[in-house]
Amino acid sequence: MKLLKLSAMMLAAVWMAGCSSTAKKDGEVEGADRVVVEDRSITSGVSGDGVDGSDFGTEASVIAGDGSFRGRGFDDPSSPLSQRVVYFEFDSSAVRAEDQHILEAHAAYLGANPNVTVRLEGHTDERGSREYNLALGERRAISIRQALMLQGAGMNQFRVVSFGEERPAVEGSGEGVWQQNRRVEIIYTGR
Amino acid sequence: MARRWLKFFGFMLMLLPWHAHALLTIEITGGSEAALPIAIVPFGEEGVIPPEDISEIIRNNLQSSGRFAPLAKSDLISRPHEQSQVNFADWRLLRSEGLVIGKVTSQDGENYQVQFQLFDVYRGTQMAGKRYQVPVSGLRNLGHQISDLIYEALTGDVGVFSTRLAFVTVQRTADGARRFALQISDADGANPRTILQSAQPIMSPRWSPDGEQLAYVSFENGNSEVFVQQLRSGDRRSIAAFDGVNSAPSWSPDGKRLALTLSRTGSPELYILELSNGELTRVTHNSQSIDTEPVWMPNGRELVFTSDRGGRPQIYKIPVDGGRATRLTFEGNYNASPDISPDGRKMAMVHAVGGRYYIAVQDLRSGAVQVLTEQGRDESPSFAPNGRMILYATEQNGRGVLAAVSVDGRIHQRLAESGIQVREPAWSPLRK
Repeated sequence: MKLLKLSAMMLAAVWMAGCSSTAKKDGEVEGADRVVVEDRSITSGVSGDGVDGSDFGTEASVIAGDGSFRGRGFDDPSSPLSQRVVYFEFDSSAVRAEDQHILEAHAAYLGANPNVTVRLEGHTDERGSREYNLALGERRAISIRQALMLQGAGMNQFRVVSFGEERPAVEGSGEGVWQQNRRVEIIYTGR
Repeated sequence: MARRWLKFFGFMLMLLPWHAHALLTIEITGGSEAALPIAIVPFGEEGVIPPEDISEIIRNNLQSSGRFAPLAKSDLISRPHEQSQVNFADWRLLRSEGLVIGKVTSQDGENYQVQFQLFDVYRGTQMAGKRYQVPVSGLRNLGHQISDLIYEALTGDVGVFSTRLAFVTVQRTADGARRFALQISDADGANPRTILQSAQPIMSPRWSPDGEQLAYVSFENGNSEVFVQQLRSGDRRSIAAFDGVNSAPSWSPDGKRLALTLSRTGSPELYILELSNGELTRVTHNSQSIDTEPVWMPNGRELVFTSDRGGRPQIYKIPVDGGRATRLTFEGNYNASPDISPDGRKMAMVHAVGGRYYIAVQDLRSGAVQVLTEQGRDESPSFAPNGRMILYATEQNGRGVLAAVSVDGRIHQRLAESGIQVREPAWSPLRK
């Protein structure tokens, strides 16, 4: 099952990246399970916080295309490249295991297309200090950048911006809303 | 009869623009039993009737402070306007401790002469009294100034009725877009004016010590950026627009420097910006942690700030010229958004318990923490310039509203608003 997932992801990456870098990517996929994201923050033990957000992940990630990046992988819901939002636990910037395959696909694409740039927008839910959340949003975006760089993307392909809790994806309160707002959006900005 | 109609007409006029005129109105949601009974006699009016009812402004102010219990108008035994008309025995019967009388006179409706006197009913002596000449536009503010004098004479604390509030509002436009505004109003919520509008978020307004400027964070250029704006002229300049976070401005007590948070090195660190020459001095060096929300101690030598260097957000203190940070908060696993009382003795903060966020106050000498609020969605505490009240943002029916609580937790005020989101309050310094 996992192998199937990986091969599907690879296929998408190859589609997008072209054939030249296939060999290099084989190595990356082998190392995918060892990807470690630097994270010191502690996941909250508050009950109800650990709700599985994968449904939301899929749903919310089918966002409008970025114009210049319309293509099979970006628009095809079965490709991990169509998923350009990753989600976080409360007060955490750790990449969740279920989001690793999304990052692997984006890292592969960015690695194969070094002229492509992305903006990583970090966001938090509405709880707690707005200023602390602004910093936490940045930490999440940097955590995603770190993960993508460990898998082959270059530092100069990124711009990191945090909006803290100021631009929620969904308005309202309650864990169902909050988990959709604790996110990093991967926004392709130029090639 | 004609006067009655005029009054009725005036009342209608007040009703019509009410939503535009008063963004916020103060309601007392919990008061102190120790409220002082006071009689405020409607001021006498001679000549042109004033557009503002000064005695009513005073009554509202004293009532809303939670520290006074003004007598109902129907209980007033007589309506003196001058000292010679006062019979103190009457007022002693009503158990009123203070008595306020006054008179408003105008020949032309442009300039007004206003006088007031505050008496100690039991001693039969005057405690405060003054005579003023003001243009019609100054009547409302004069009502606040007189309220301040009465408050100070009876409580010993400086009055803050003539101070101002800054806050951020969020509204939906017809096409569903959000519109952010930075606004200031009088301390009672009246007279709101917008000083900045943007389609992008605005955060963290902070008053300069002279009350002439606001520093704030605006996302208008696609990233957080710190601006300083002159309130009189509207002139503004960007003072921090580096890569990464540019945020959390805080004025030094002398108004010459701004502490702020920048993450241009890759992690959020505290800096001090010399406003005269733009020189930046880095204060914290902790690349593994979030360091943010600096606020100056009144002595100007230390910053208090939020950091997660211990794993969770807690509040620390550090000398402005760098050095070792000391941790101030030990109760609970989330303390943030510190504000320091003007006398430097108390710290207001957001204090989380079981996933709910309250306003708490910590005695900086003893370390004792008192939780002041109950709603659990409370944030952005800001001390009144007399240190008696703490203004903060909370939620009511899913909407952001402002509220205030006394530092002893006994008096609760809500600033009811007219249907828009209000947040991030900052209480101005005293008017000079």
